[in-house]
Amino acid sequence: MSHTTRSGPAITVAGLTKTYRARNHEVRALDGIDLEVDPGTVLGLLGPNGAGKSTTVKILTTLSRADSGTASVVGLDVVRDAAAVRRALGYVSQKPAFDPVGTGVENLVLTGRVYGLSPRAARARADELLERFGLADAGRRLARTWSGGMQRKLDVAMSLVHRPQVLFLDEPTTGLDPEARADMWAEISRLAAADGITVLLTTHYLEEADHLADQLVIVDHGRVVVRGTPEALKRGLSGDAVAVELAERRDVDDAARVLDALPGVRELTRTSGVLRARVDDGAVALPEVMAALDAASLRLAAVTVARPSLDDVYLRYAGRAFGSADGTESAGRRTAGSEEVAA
Amino acid sequence: MTTALVHTELLTRRSLRNLVRQPAYVAFSLIQPLVWLLLFGQLFRNVVELPGFEGASYMTYLTPGVVVMTAMFSAGWAGSGFIVAMDRGVMDRDLTSPVGRPALMMSSLASQAVTIVVQSLIVLAAGVAVGARFAGGLVGWAVTVAAAVLLGTVFAALSNAVALLVRQQEALIGISQFLTLPLTFLSSVMLPSDLMPDWVAAVARLNPVDWAAVASREALSASPDWSLVGGRLALLVVVAALMGWLATRAFRTYQRSV
Repeated sequence: MSHTTRSGPAITVAGLTKTYRARNHEVRALDGIDLEVDPGTVLGLLGPNGAGKSTTVKILTTLSRADSGTASVVGLDVVRDAAAVRRALGYVSQKPAFDPVGTGVENLVLTGRVYGLSPRAARARADELLERFGLADAGRRLARTWSGGMQRKLDVAMSLVHRPQVLFLDEPTTGLDPEARADMWAEISRLAAADGITVLLTTHYLEEADHLADQLVIVDHGRVVVRGTPEALKRGLSGDAVAVELAERRDVDDAARVLDALPGVRELTRTSGVLRARVDDGAVALPEVMAALDAASLRLAAVTVARPSLDDVYLRYAGRAFGSADGTESAGRRTAGSEEVAA
Repeated sequence: MTTALVHTELLTRRSLRNLVRQPAYVAFSLIQPLVWLLLFGQLFRNVVELPGFEGASYMTYLTPGVVVMTAMFSAGWAGSGFIVAMDRGVMDRDLTSPVGRPALMMSSLASQAVTIVVQSLIVLAAGVAVGARFAGGLVGWAVTVAAAVLLGTVFAALSNAVALLVRQQEALIGISQFLTLPLTFLSSVMLPSDLMPDWVAAVARLNPVDWAAVASREALSASPDWSLVGGRLALLVVVAALMGWLATRAFRTYQRSV
């Protein structure tokens, strides 16, 4: 993680804990979360249900309060400077937050007025945002008649009316169809890249995190289990998978000997006519593998390299085997603290 | 402070606009009190022959009672607006915006008050149409509407507080049903306290519904006892302010649980 920002992190979270108390049991939602998000970057917060993602966002947006620890947004403490924090942030919660009985224009104008814009300025900002999100044609229709994708965009547009410095998106694409999701991804990328907004995104979709996030933090049981860039996290796994399919089946033994001799090739397995192995970096290893096989005059039918997916990362750090009760250490919790994977 | 007032106004306008856009609901909330008026008016038509009515028509006696009862009934639903806002993300968005908790509470109470003013005037006019006669004139009408608004504020605040604490439509309906009918019958809405058993009359004296009914009926009479009217209205103001304050505190409980 880089710590070379000039103006300090946009979001800082240190040692947050929170326990929800129900009638006869307690749920420890946060168990000492630490986070930092650099200005203008997208942080993806990943984890299973109940891991503490939404609770973290609710504390950062001043909606909820931590039992202990500190949290600040653009350098402002979320408890002491709550009013200033609210003006600095935009929040898109999991649930739709627009007024279905109002039109798109009415929703956006009211939001602008709440943040202190004059009626004229609020109207201009509403038109600008409707235009930007491709909602201008629907702007005068009641929002309840819009499609799910349009409604979600309205939620995001409403959170941008006051030009926040930090935007919290809590599962922004849950329930959207693939086209609407792709659309939303394009908008989110633009927020950080073009508008310089710092984005904290929670999601269930690994593909989404991979696509959008500069940095990832995986949380589980209210603790950070691993953090790093999506690339570094994937590289931090056992490496890329290389599969070599030989033109002639009988060459498999020879080919296995050749590959076994190459440095960096491990976990070599063979099935009829196909050799599989793990390498640190597929892009580097592939030419070497092909050259070595070529030098041994072994003809190839196909070679494929599969990069480890974020699914692999997620399963390793947040995955829990069936029947593993609380207290049983899962793979990602072997270490006492959280892991950091260097970029 | 001015920001809070601006926010209150903006959010009040939003809920009134939404109310107008749901005409079926508006129609129902206006028809229901008329049904009460005609139903009870017919049912208890002959009670004026009992001592205690001093020869007035029952409609004249009943109409202000139905006005305050209607105010209580419709205010009991106020919390369902909060529950809808909580079920959607509207409440969470409002609470993370510069809108303060007092403005959120005030806007709900204010839009409820506007509704009650309209309802009260319609019920009063309907009462006159079926035979009620109010010697108190315009001042009497104004006091009746004020008493209805104050009583409505008490119950709207209570309803909002319950909504923030239980966060469930069913529980809110249950609690509201549990309270409103007994409070109506433990008051002088339909029968003067002279005709009640002593213990009911004693309970009625502590019942805000009775305060509102007594104040409006007195103000609509030919020679009102203004100290009685003022005393009952003052009690309603105190309880309304207290409930509004308690209901605003209930946001803390809600935020602790989210």
